[in-house]
Amino acid sequence: MANILVYALHYNGAINKNSLGAVSEGAKLAAELGGEAHAILLGENVPQDLAASLGKYGAKKVLVAEGPEGLAQPLVDAMGAAISASDYSYALFGGGLLGFEIGAGLAARLGAGVAMEVTAVRAENGELVAERPILGDSAISEIKYRSDVGIIIGRLNAFEIKESGDADAPVEQLSFELSPHASQATMVTRGEQRGADVDIEGADILVAGGRGLGKAEGFELAEALANAFGGNSAVAATRAVVDAGWYPYAAQIGQTGKTVSPKLYLAAGISGAIQHKVGMQSSENIVAINKDANAPIFEFSDLGIVGDLNKILPKLTEAVKAKKG
Amino acid sequence: MSSHNGSSNGKVAPAAYPPPVDSRKEFIKRGLDDEDELIEVGVAIVGGGTAGLACANRLLQLLADDAETLERLGEVPVAVIEKAKTCGGHNLSGAVMRPKPLEELFPELTREQWREQGFAFGEVKKEAVYLTPTSKLSVRIPTPPPFKNHGNEVVSVSALARYQQQQAEDAGAYILTETAATQLVVEDGRVVGVRSGDKGRGKDGEPLGNFEPGTDIKARATVLAEGCWGHLTGAAIREFDLGKDREPQVWELGVKEVWKVTKPLDRLIHTMGPWPLKISSKYGQIGGTWIYPMKNAAGEDLVSIGFVVELEYADATTSAHDLLQTFKTHPLVREILEGGERIAWGAKALPGGGYWSMPKLSMPGALLVGDSGGMVDTMALKGVHHCIKAGMIAAESIYESLKRGSQDFSAYEQAIEDSSVGKELWEVRNARQPLQKGLILGGPLSGVQQISKGKLPGRADWHRNDEKPMFIGDTKDEYVKPDGKYTFDKLSSVFITGNATRDDAPNHIRVQKHVPREIAETWRWMCPAGVYEIPDDAPEHGDVDVIVNYTNCVQCGAITAKGGRLTTPEGGDGPLYQIL
Amino acid sequence: MKICVLVKEVPDAAVEKKLNPSTGRMDRSGEKNLNPYDTHAIEAAMQIKEGGAVPVEEIVAVTMGPDSAVRALHKAVSLGADRSVHLSDEAVAGSDVAATGYALAQTLQREKPDLVLLGQQSDDGECYTIGAVVAEHLGMPSLTQVIKMDVESDALRCERQAEYGYDTVQIKLPAVISVGDAINEPRYPSLKAIMGAKKKPLDSVTAADVEIDASKVGGENSAAQWVSAKAPPAKAAGEIIEDEDTDETVEKIVAWLDERKLI
Repeated sequence: MANILVYALHYNGAINKNSLGAVSEGAKLAAELGGEAHAILLGENVPQDLAASLGKYGAKKVLVAEGPEGLAQPLVDAMGAAISASDYSYALFGGGLLGFEIGAGLAARLGAGVAMEVTAVRAENGELVAERPILGDSAISEIKYRSDVGIIIGRLNAFEIKESGDADAPVEQLSFELSPHASQATMVTRGEQRGADVDIEGADILVAGGRGLGKAEGFELAEALANAFGGNSAVAATRAVVDAGWYPYAAQIGQTGKTVSPKLYLAAGISGAIQHKVGMQSSENIVAINKDANAPIFEFSDLGIVGDLNKILPKLTEAVKAKKG
Repeated sequence: MSSHNGSSNGKVAPAAYPPPVDSRKEFIKRGLDDEDELIEVGVAIVGGGTAGLACANRLLQLLADDAETLERLGEVPVAVIEKAKTCGGHNLSGAVMRPKPLEELFPELTREQWREQGFAFGEVKKEAVYLTPTSKLSVRIPTPPPFKNHGNEVVSVSALARYQQQQAEDAGAYILTETAATQLVVEDGRVVGVRSGDKGRGKDGEPLGNFEPGTDIKARATVLAEGCWGHLTGAAIREFDLGKDREPQVWELGVKEVWKVTKPLDRLIHTMGPWPLKISSKYGQIGGTWIYPMKNAAGEDLVSIGFVVELEYADATTSAHDLLQTFKTHPLVREILEGGERIAWGAKALPGGGYWSMPKLSMPGALLVGDSGGMVDTMALKGVHHCIKAGMIAAESIYESLKRGSQDFSAYEQAIEDSSVGKELWEVRNARQPLQKGLILGGPLSGVQQISKGKLPGRADWHRNDEKPMFIGDTKDEYVKPDGKYTFDKLSSVFITGNATRDDAPNHIRVQKHVPREIAETWRWMCPAGVYEIPDDAPEHGDVDVIVNYTNCVQCGAITAKGGRLTTPEGGDGPLYQIL
Repeated sequence: MKICVLVKEVPDAAVEKKLNPSTGRMDRSGEKNLNPYDTHAIEAAMQIKEGGAVPVEEIVAVTMGPDSAVRALHKAVSLGADRSVHLSDEAVAGSDVAATGYALAQTLQREKPDLVLLGQQSDDGECYTIGAVVAEHLGMPSLTQVIKMDVESDALRCERQAEYGYDTVQIKLPAVISVGDAINEPRYPSLKAIMGAKKKPLDSVTAADVEIDASKVGGENSAAQWVSAKAPPAKAAGEIIEDEDTDETVEKIVAWLDERKLI
């Protein structure tokens, strides 16, 4: 029987979706181990109902600690205190930068084993085994823990959000002491938006364009489709078209550009040569539109459409808009 | 300027469209910078391949026993300047090496230890030569003399260079990797050193935020070991007229793969075509293949396979890479590679002119060694041992002169002539030239030259590769379509070379950008890395634009033979060959 | 101010990495280079020194690794570090992230730096974590993903990239800062600097020299145990539609997306 403590990040009155995924996953794994998943939130005046809502994702209890938001080290103190006070065998983090820092600091604090970029966790003989990809996603490594506490830091989007329909969870105040070094950092401004940058790495849906778009103006089709999807969608590009000046470098995916793993990667006019493939091959769903039936991308896409993107994209955009209402 | 002749597939020679480059003006620096800005070394060796490092290895051996001369060479007695990330990164060869020169260079090293070090893969015990008349048939022929390899060793020059680099460093050499030598520094008619390349320039040559200018490297002796076709060597040949009274150099292009195989290959194999080559003089495709067994120190069975084609061909759609992929579909090869896994790919040009095309090997202040000096016996496909031997002889010549307080190294030329390098190349000096007429017409004469071991008098001439009129033929119709598992496209092949060229690096390839389609197609098919492309909307006939994807370039050097010029890229980029 | 820069030698990113068949671990032989992210850390140190806001007495490059790791140190020195320290000991070989951080922290204790800089991730798969471990052991505040850093006399004003935007954080020295590659454009070393690097002091230390408890480091003692490696699950072949009637095709696409809750 083992309990899992799950870190949850909140910002602007909402829980970060990667944290929701981690809570869902923690609940699932704890059940398999015959234990419970508890969540922990740290902030200034954390709304009680927000904390309690984590019960819907399977948390059996939510600890709330008072402390400066957006910094990692206060959480090392808080989680360290919680783990010493109660019996937790694992600490779980959804993908997210703070999670890495907290998890690593916690590992140092507790002398615990830590695995990061984890894509899957399973229960085996009353223990958890973490899996993570290595060597550019070409192999999967398994990690077991020798220490009393095991720390698991998931990769971005690794854990699926699942509501287990439970009611609100009981909320408990956690008191802990801030270590001297944790008080040495002060948040001055949090979460400043800088619109100029294209953030394709965080997008859920990417519409990517390649040479097949024909010309720079071809990207208007891609943008229209991304807009139709709305929400957290963005437009990306291959190196060939960035080199040709059709789209900015910030949107480039591939060997020398960014690596992404969105829920949906829609490739229009992209051949799928390996230099591009390595940047997006771990996308959850890959849809490809290309007029060349022999394009390599069709070998690894989940849905491939052989056809003229100039005909398909506008109609698809309309259909997506209609579906979304 | 291009003089478009309204051709409809009408035979255009690349020489009519020379690249926009002026070697002497751009790559020769007149005079050194001030003392406090430059770096001073004893001997500067440009190129950290087999030849350059053999020179360094030998020099340091000699200096180890001569404290006085060593002292005189200053703080940095020997410096090797290498543009790849590490020595061996840009080196590629078959290769089967005659063992003697390496045994002379490192007498305490046994052949078994060569294999433990990871650069040698076994002694040749069995060999076979085949003809491939069709895509299905192979006929074994008695092994012609140049292909007799008993007792030779299968090696990887890329791995050997790494070993030599370690030895040179341990012995006190400064190996400056990621450093390109872009200019030869000449003062009063003498080579006084080289200048290293700038770093941090953008796409159009403009200095970026982290721009770092190159440095002059002053040296008492400079050795040009740049391989094929040396950038500074080309400038030196023009500056010092080293090509006078010699035949022009001609080139060949080799594309190679290394495979992990399921069962060991029991023999060394060479094939001499014709399939898939079109050997008539109309197409002019002369070439052959090799398939060598490699057993590495970990006990894994590997195979090295390569296709070499002379760049003398006339059909613009000739592609060494595609010929290799197509050749792999022959049952002879399938038998060997099927079930295996490709673990490496690379391409490199080599000088094929032999003895008569070798330039004068010394000039005031500098010497040429190895492929830079054209020291390859392309009949036997052997050059590695010549590289090592020439490197050693260069070291000895330089050492002898410096010891005496002289800076005249010209005795090197006669020393090469009298050595195994000179003698072996002399024997086959007229054997290859007849093949410029095609295998059918030229084969017999070539055979006669070989059998007579060069005792027939006379000097056969070469004509330059870029003077060959090109036509767009149908060789491309025979190429296999890559399946990504057994046969591969160019782009994914470039990918596994570890090619890491910065996206905004300056373009190091000089070609005219608007040329007749015949020329553009020549470059597009020839280049094994897919650097040259023609826009989809270009006209079928007449002049077309050429797109140059220079960041794919693996620096094989072939473009220099057929109308372009490979100049030095920024140091540190290009491929990172490990076992080629 | 004394700045220590943690550097690491990693396999070259461009070369295809492979597993060593006998150990099941990453084959670390072959090409190795200074971790590109660490060059940003050295550049950041140099910019602080050259910026003049605070006097910097020395920049020390520190690494933990086998003999070949001295190359990373030479490179760091050619980029501007004044001297280097090499922790080389059989005892630490095979350490996981937590053990490595502990060993590095012990090595740093000896140097008593005011600022520790490092690249936030490395080309061999580690990311965002070493800094936090080192900071915990040193009892220093730490921040990662830092893309801008201004120095005042005893504090830093840092900007860092978080998933919801950019944070500005004031952090008191001494501190451990992990920098992102957006922070600067590293300089190229001059040939003179490259050739002079071997002459700069290089201090080789063992685990005992820096009081590392051997029971806390090394592959055998690491708390996270890498058990095995396997190939990722083969992806099932995808569906292919030939577009003849575009309206019909689009309907199929939308249905497919809907099925997967992507719309």
